[in-house]
Amino acid sequence: MSAITLRNVSKRFGDVVIIPGLDLDIRDGEFVVFVGPSGCGKSTLLRLIAGLEDVSGGAISIDGRDVTETPPARRGLAMVFQSYALYPHMSVGANIAFPLKMAGMDKAQIEKKVQGAAATLNLTDYLHRKPRELSGGQRQRVAIGRAIVREPNGFLFDEPLSNLDAALRVNMRLEISELHQQLKTTMIYVTHDQVEAMTMADKIVVLNRGRVEQVGSPLELYEHPDNLFVAGFIGSPKMNLVTGPFAERNGARTVGIRPEHLLIDRSGGELTGTAGVSEHLGSDTFIHIRLDDGQSLTARAPGEFRLNHGERVGLTPEAGRLHRFDEKGAAIR
Amino acid sequence: MATLHTKSAARAMMAPAVIALFVWMIVPLALTLWFSTLRYSFYGIDTPFVGFENYTYFLTDPRFLSAFQNTLILVLGVLFVTVVGGTLIALLLDQAFFGQSAVRLLVLAPFFVMPTVAALVWKNMMMNPVYGVISQVLAALGLPPVDWLNNYPLLSIIIIVAWQWLPFATLILLTSLQSLSEDQKEAAEMDGAGPLSIFFYITLPHMKRAITVVILIQTIFILSIYAEIFVTTGGGTSSSNLTFFIATLIQLDGDVGTASAGGIVAVILANIVSIFLVRLVGKNLEA
Repeated sequence: MSAITLRNVSKRFGDVVIIPGLDLDIRDGEFVVFVGPSGCGKSTLLRLIAGLEDVSGGAISIDGRDVTETPPARRGLAMVFQSYALYPHMSVGANIAFPLKMAGMDKAQIEKKVQGAAATLNLTDYLHRKPRELSGGQRQRVAIGRAIVREPNGFLFDEPLSNLDAALRVNMRLEISELHQQLKTTMIYVTHDQVEAMTMADKIVVLNRGRVEQVGSPLELYEHPDNLFVAGFIGSPKMNLVTGPFAERNGARTVGIRPEHLLIDRSGGELTGTAGVSEHLGSDTFIHIRLDDGQSLTARAPGEFRLNHGERVGLTPEAGRLHRFDEKGAAIR
Repeated sequence: MATLHTKSAARAMMAPAVIALFVWMIVPLALTLWFSTLRYSFYGIDTPFVGFENYTYFLTDPRFLSAFQNTLILVLGVLFVTVVGGTLIALLLDQAFFGQSAVRLLVLAPFFVMPTVAALVWKNMMMNPVYGVISQVLAALGLPPVDWLNNYPLLSIIIIVAWQWLPFATLILLTSLQSLSEDQKEAAEMDGAGPLSIFFYITLPHMKRAITVVILIQTIFILSIYAEIFVTTGGGTSSSNLTFFIATLIQLDGDVGTASAGGIVAVILANIVSIFLVRLVGKNLEA
């Protein structure tokens, strides 16, 4: 159990500044997701917390203890790598046992703990196999097993699901969330996939170019994005951003409307345009619409919605669901 | 693409090479086998058939046992020095430092020196008891000089051959080290492994395959060391290996028959060694 605090943490590689200086508080037992586009510094930030990289400035503390100079093993954190980083020449059992062996635990106790972890993760039948004889999802579970046997104060996940196929990813997402419910340990999870962030997090940290754009619960970010970046990043399909006379009528430089908050009316609305391609997903229909001034929007209609390509449509945003942004991209509230 | 047609085409294409190699091997082997059954000497006129007599001569010659021993010591000694030394140097070269590529190139240099030249350099410049570099260093330390080649002939040859093969071992082991993913080392670091534990539990098992390749290839070449012995000690029971002893049988004794028998014995011994090695190595090379 641990709370992690970052104070003015920065990281440079030579002249390249990855993280210019960042503050963050992670409460005990929280599931925090770092999300952002590639190269935003989220993995670097995780590695700084892990101790695999030295900070260029600032301080990191775990439970009030300053660990800025502490080697990774003594920070009491376990990490699951994107590549899983299993030891290929060791059996699954030996992989899971490795951190305990390094801690000098006696054999009987190690055996018990490995069996326990294997039972939790459905790996009991695979303990004698080598990692290469396992499927992607099983390898992922071994990596998690290796992390949980140590009973660490916190878990660090570095894009752990990006090497899995879509169906398995949904599955593992649930398993990791379930694990968090069981263990109640602090978890930090890095991903570039905003769906993973929305579904798993207690708290999302949106990063862009090494800066924190916004911190909040998934719904806070969805309902009240602080700026254009967060507005565009969170939500799928992306929020529509409209500029021009419509935005000015609403007293803003840019107005954001989520596809699910646009009402489609063939007889006209606040915005008018021509229907483009419709994507029929069964449960929803996503319709791409080109406005008369050339801007493109996406609208969501629940269930099946027939609209011919080239048909004239009117769009009206749901009342109270407009997001207004000023010329700097910050939200106007 | 593996149709019947492509298969037969492939066979036809490979046939010349396979046939050439086979003839290249089988003709000398057959001739040696034939000579080994004759009393065939530079100093005799007749070459009568004597059956296995040459083999008895060869195997009961006291020089055979010492040559066999020397061969083993030479191979094992050089393997030990090159594998252990190569691993250590590779670990060093794997670190990032200024002038890395230049140093890597320099480390490779001994491999390009011809065996005869290397042996001459070591004999005259390094190991000479009067003006050799090693003696100079010993003298500077106030220690008595060592007459390497006379007092420790086999050790001297091991040093020279190890020096020549160290770059090869280093190169192969270094490439293997570089293919070890950083993630695994970091994972081990997170798991609480210190530098030594990381080396023994992660790095060394990863290098196993490269080490077997080094052992296999070097064994083949070190079994047939000749020039280094010829240049430095000139043979004798204390430093001749099997190869050198068999050559001596022809050059000094003029005895082609016994030398051929020795050649066949050497082929059999080499095959026994290679069966063991291939078994040992094959297991590591799989997967």
